[in-house]
Amino acid sequence: MDFVGILLSSLSFLLDPTTIAYALATLGLALHFGFGGLLNMGMAGFMALGAYGYAIGILYFGLPWYLAAFVGIGAAIVFALILGIPTLRLRGDYLAIVTIAAAEIVRLLLLSSAFGWFTGSADGLSGFNGPGGTVTNPHEGAGGFDQSNPIPDGTYGFVPFLDNERTWYLRIVGLSILAIAIFVVWRLVNSPWGRVIKGIREDEDAVRSLGKNVFAYKMQVLVIGGVIGALGGLMLAFSTNVNSSVYVTSLTFFLWTALLLGGAATVFGPLAGSIIFWVLQAFLGLLFPALAKAGLMPFTTIQASQVKFVIVGFALVLLVVFRPQGLFGSKKELTFVK
Amino acid sequence: MSSNPTSSSPVKSTGLHTGAIKPGVAKKDPILIADHVKRQFGGLVAVDVEHVEIPRNAITALIGPNGAGKTTFFNLLTGFDTPNEGTWSFNGKSLAKVSAFKVARMGLIRTFQLTKALGLLTVMDNMKLGSTSQPGERLGASLFPFVWKKKDREIDDKAMDLLKRFKLDAKKDDFAASLSGGQRKLLEMARALMTDPELVMLDEPMAGVNPALTESLLEHILGLKKAGMTVLFVEHDMHMVRHIADWVIVMAEGRVVAEGDPHEVMKNPAVIDAYLGSHQDTDLGAVTGRITLPKLPKEK
Ligand SMILES: Nc1ncnc2c1ncn2[C@@H]1O[C@H](COP(=O)(O)OP(=O)(O)O)[C@@H](O)[C@H]1O
Ligand SMILES: [Mg+2]
Repeated sequence: MDFVGILLSSLSFLLDPTTIAYALATLGLALHFGFGGLLNMGMAGFMALGAYGYAIGILYFGLPWYLAAFVGIGAAIVFALILGIPTLRLRGDYLAIVTIAAAEIVRLLLLSSAFGWFTGSADGLSGFNGPGGTVTNPHEGAGGFDQSNPIPDGTYGFVPFLDNERTWYLRIVGLSILAIAIFVVWRLVNSPWGRVIKGIREDEDAVRSLGKNVFAYKMQVLVIGGVIGALGGLMLAFSTNVNSSVYVTSLTFFLWTALLLGGAATVFGPLAGSIIFWVLQAFLGLLFPALAKAGLMPFTTIQASQVKFVIVGFALVLLVVFRPQGLFGSKKELTFVK
Repeated sequence: MSSNPTSSSPVKSTGLHTGAIKPGVAKKDPILIADHVKRQFGGLVAVDVEHVEIPRNAITALIGPNGAGKTTFFNLLTGFDTPNEGTWSFNGKSLAKVSAFKVARMGLIRTFQLTKALGLLTVMDNMKLGSTSQPGERLGASLFPFVWKKKDREIDDKAMDLLKRFKLDAKKDDFAASLSGGQRKLLEMARALMTDPELVMLDEPMAGVNPALTESLLEHILGLKKAGMTVLFVEHDMHMVRHIADWVIVMAEGRVVAEGDPHEVMKNPAVIDAYLGSHQDTDLGAVTGRITLPKLPKEK
């Protein structure tokens, strides 16, 4: 068993573009839930819209990649408005039910063969990051995300971050987006606006009685958090093909796990939680099959690769019971166990 | 506001009404008028107020047995609940279909019977939320601290001032969740005052506040009147009502059954009926009070 190899592969997830994408989505959830008290159980839907909006913007509308990104963001905004208008006036749990259902509807529509010409149904969409034109409206020469990469071809860095120019470019773009998003969220939650949304999290009627338009604030929170989630989806789309099988409900639950791990009502917790969660996932996903193969576990290698989910579930239970504020949250601010 | 909180007999406003005293009597200068306000929960008529007027710049007590509909009436007036029928206006402006936050912005602020302190915000942040003039509460401006920092310091000073008066200044950095029930009541009242209201509606502000604090709370309520505000409050303890109220409105089974001067109104048979039913020989002060007080020297 190559333990060092497993360790290094796992550590590469520290700076993996996917980890950055999940950290963005988790940050969006932190704004929704940790600060605004909105139980969004459909973050995967926001990510899917970000990713598909981007891909469709390039493939069908012939937009340059940076403008196509705004199609993804716009789709997330529209989604937030559609979810929010009927539900934000209702009690918090309704939003949870509606968002989980809406995200599934989004995924199933993307998967459906009825729109296959547009969404690629089960195959998803691909080829949008390259130089090629569009499906319906060839847009030669503009170049995609990959052509915007100023880094010369080659391999850079050191193990476990020894990667080609494309991965490095993804990292730089992803970390830049993440840094900006963290800064914006940090500014927001430490402003008078943030005070209002935290007040709404605690008791919206009290805030209403002080003359604040609670509905408008909740809508702003839903939209901004949703856009950050869509940025996570964009990041995934920058790095690879889009496919509806990625944006499943269990992705949302992984994001929640990362959020609770880091601390729901913190700005850096989502980043830390995401890194720990996905590095650990990768580590266990490699370790258990290797152990099984070496005969140290009573499972087949396939079974062993699933054991990590059992461990994750168990860890989540322990976390909620023994450290509900997350690793980085303040002891007193037990936001989600009220 | 009063700098001398020791005066034991507050100045009462008199001559608030016009015409013969009866439920729904007209006031010389009403700040709030309600007409035919009715609210049903299923078959239960919780509120059915024909007509009532609240006098401006006076302290009005709304009393009545449990379940009389006082809290529901508060909810209806402030936009937290919608009546089945009726109209009501504040400063001459109709409030029907006006949402709760807009009612608050017009200067009609209420507190809740079940206290709503924002537990995981500090006492200071609770207070600052009451401010109505912070530009940084707008999304766009919030990102630029230079737009709102100065205003926030002003709000801070104002909040500190109020907290001192409510003896909560030492707690300003604690989470509101760590306060006692009585302190939360005080915080909620102080927070309401941060909005510079015209009419303050307090739903049982004294419930759960210890006797030592009760006195200072009464002083605060009297101070509000001196500062030009109007107060409408729900209270069960008739000794307190007699002490500070200029006018008393009595509700029973959803209706206004009596109105009048606090000393006169308790002699009204309708009130005695509403409170006592058959136990007419009991002292009303003891029945309505949460604690049986030893015989107080008669207030006049
Ligand atoms: N949301 C509600 N649903 C059903 N009944 C209610 C509701 N709110 C109040 N009631 C009923 O309306 C009546 C008046 O209640 P309330 O206004 O709380 O009385 P008070 O504040 O005078 O004690 C009570 O009988 C109460 O049970
Ligand atoms: Mg009540």
